[in-house]
Amino acid sequence: MKLHNIAFNNLRRRKAKMAFLLIGMVIGVATIVTLYTITNAMKTEIADKFDQIGANMTIVPQSDNLSFSYEGVNAADVEGALSFISMRDVERIRTIKNKENIATVAPKLLDTLKVEKGSRVIMGVQFPDELRMKRWWKIDGSEPKEASDVMLGSQAALELGKKTGDTLNIKGGSYRVAGVIRETGNQEDAVIFMDLSQLQALTGKKDLVSFVEVSALCSTCPIEEITAQISAKLPGTKVSAIREVVQARKDFVDRFAQLAMSVSIIVLVIGALVVLITMMSSVNERTREIGIFRAIGFRKIHIIGIILMEAGVVSIFGGLAGYLVGMALAKTAGSIVAQMEVSIAWDYRIGAAALVIALAMGLAASFLPAFKAAKQDPVEALRFI
Amino acid sequence: MSLITVNDAKKIYNGGEGEVVALGGVTFAVEEGEFISLMGPSGSGKSTLLTMLGAMNPPTLGQVIIDDIDIYSLPAEKRADFRSEYLGFVFQQFQLVPYLTALENIMLPLAITGISNREQAEMASRVLEKVGLGGKGGRLPNQLSGGEQERVAIARAIVNEPPILFADEPTGALDSKNSEEIMNLFKELNQEGQTIIMVTHNPEFLSYVKRAIFIRDGVLDEKHHEKKMAV
Repeated sequence: MKLHNIAFNNLRRRKAKMAFLLIGMVIGVATIVTLYTITNAMKTEIADKFDQIGANMTIVPQSDNLSFSYEGVNAADVEGALSFISMRDVERIRTIKNKENIATVAPKLLDTLKVEKGSRVIMGVQFPDELRMKRWWKIDGSEPKEASDVMLGSQAALELGKKTGDTLNIKGGSYRVAGVIRETGNQEDAVIFMDLSQLQALTGKKDLVSFVEVSALCSTCPIEEITAQISAKLPGTKVSAIREVVQARKDFVDRFAQLAMSVSIIVLVIGALVVLITMMSSVNERTREIGIFRAIGFRKIHIIGIILMEAGVVSIFGGLAGYLVGMALAKTAGSIVAQMEVSIAWDYRIGAAALVIALAMGLAASFLPAFKAAKQDPVEALRFI
Repeated sequence: MSLITVNDAKKIYNGGEGEVVALGGVTFAVEEGEFISLMGPSGSGKSTLLTMLGAMNPPTLGQVIIDDIDIYSLPAEKRADFRSEYLGFVFQQFQLVPYLTALENIMLPLAITGISNREQAEMASRVLEKVGLGGKGGRLPNQLSGGEQERVAIARAIVNEPPILFADEPTGALDSKNSEEIMNLFKELNQEGQTIIMVTHNPEFLSYVKRAIFIRDGVLDEKHHEKKMAV
């Protein structure tokens, strides 16, 4: 017989009281786990949103007198009226302080060239980066693999009468139409996309680009900061942030996170009070028993040990059950609460944290009852006999 | 040297109605192997004296010396250790822990000794046999009769072989047949050398004890004392 046997046996005997304590803890821990998990999933989803929404920054040369606009950027047909950004500058974007927040850098060259029998706007892009940034593009055909592969916007394909696999004559050279981008509703529907180096060679604008789109994962850092850092690295350019769309969603998440934090604190306090009251009443009920323990030679520390062991065991079960219930709730109700599609994965670290929270709450709230029990005068306690 | 020496022990409580003298200066000694009955009417101070002898209730004045140790010169936690090592208690109404089996109840005083579980179980089984409850160790208190519960309480009090056994009204909740059996058990233990101090109301049990100490209004009642001695 050891002290823990006494604690375990008491827990087994006082099933109703311990079940009440356990339910209180499960509700508390489950609420915290649910709120935390949903908030976290929302933050992750927002981070993904930055990526999916494409560029959240554009870098253009500071210039006027331009005649074609694409996504707010102008491509010129007036020789000599243009400014460019050099590829060397493009590379410097990835050297800013917050470089780890830069997800994709997509430089572009815009020009008009003779295509088939007329003139058309052509955009030179680095396809892998471009496609990563424009995840919403639906392509009929395949991604361009060779330098002689091009992709057509839906309108361009229609006007040129071309489809995937056809050959297109650009400035006297033959190019294969690798894919056609389905209608997006944007200006890119009218554009022909080709490999950036290829276009630079065709137009004699070696190592030059018209503008750069950058996507930065900025759920944790202010986008203004990254904008300022790029501006400092690339003097002579204009860096603009496109943030409204995601910011609104991020604001919602921030407000939800604040609410979740407040609710969690309230739940923790209520949970601790439930533990305190239950343990206190348990200690009161056991006055006589504790008096006997003291009378037969148990030290105060033995009594404290028994009470805290009981609280500890309930807390461990409460923490584990709270984690399971909380995760199950988050998985079933997460998307409804978050008002967005969130994916919630089982995370043992949250389980460990739930266990620590439950133990901290259970033990902290049981200290007072444990000390009260230990302080009990055996003579006073035996008067209950 | 006596096993227990009580020197002019006084206990004064400060209640709402002023001072209450529970013990007004008690002096006596107990020798090893004695079986003493502590007798007196309700409120006479016998329970105060028992808890004082039991190292739980410090006297306002005076001394209690057990085995040459002035027990109230010890700090409270050392007194707890002293109780564990020197004293066994049989409380009123058995006072078994309801969620522990008979055997576990008996092992209770051993739970803080560092003795292995196996050895504890052997010790508890031995005393269970001794009190005549062999085979009933797995039962919970509510599955035992009053007499059996009292035997478990006695077994719990003697399992760690304390030099002194205290019993507070051990037959208070038993019928006459069970009371007699329990008193016989105490007598047997005393014959084996166990020092026993028992609080009781019942004058019928005077025949079992070697000596009776009568208390009235917080002081020893020498007149009754002599009367018993004459018996």
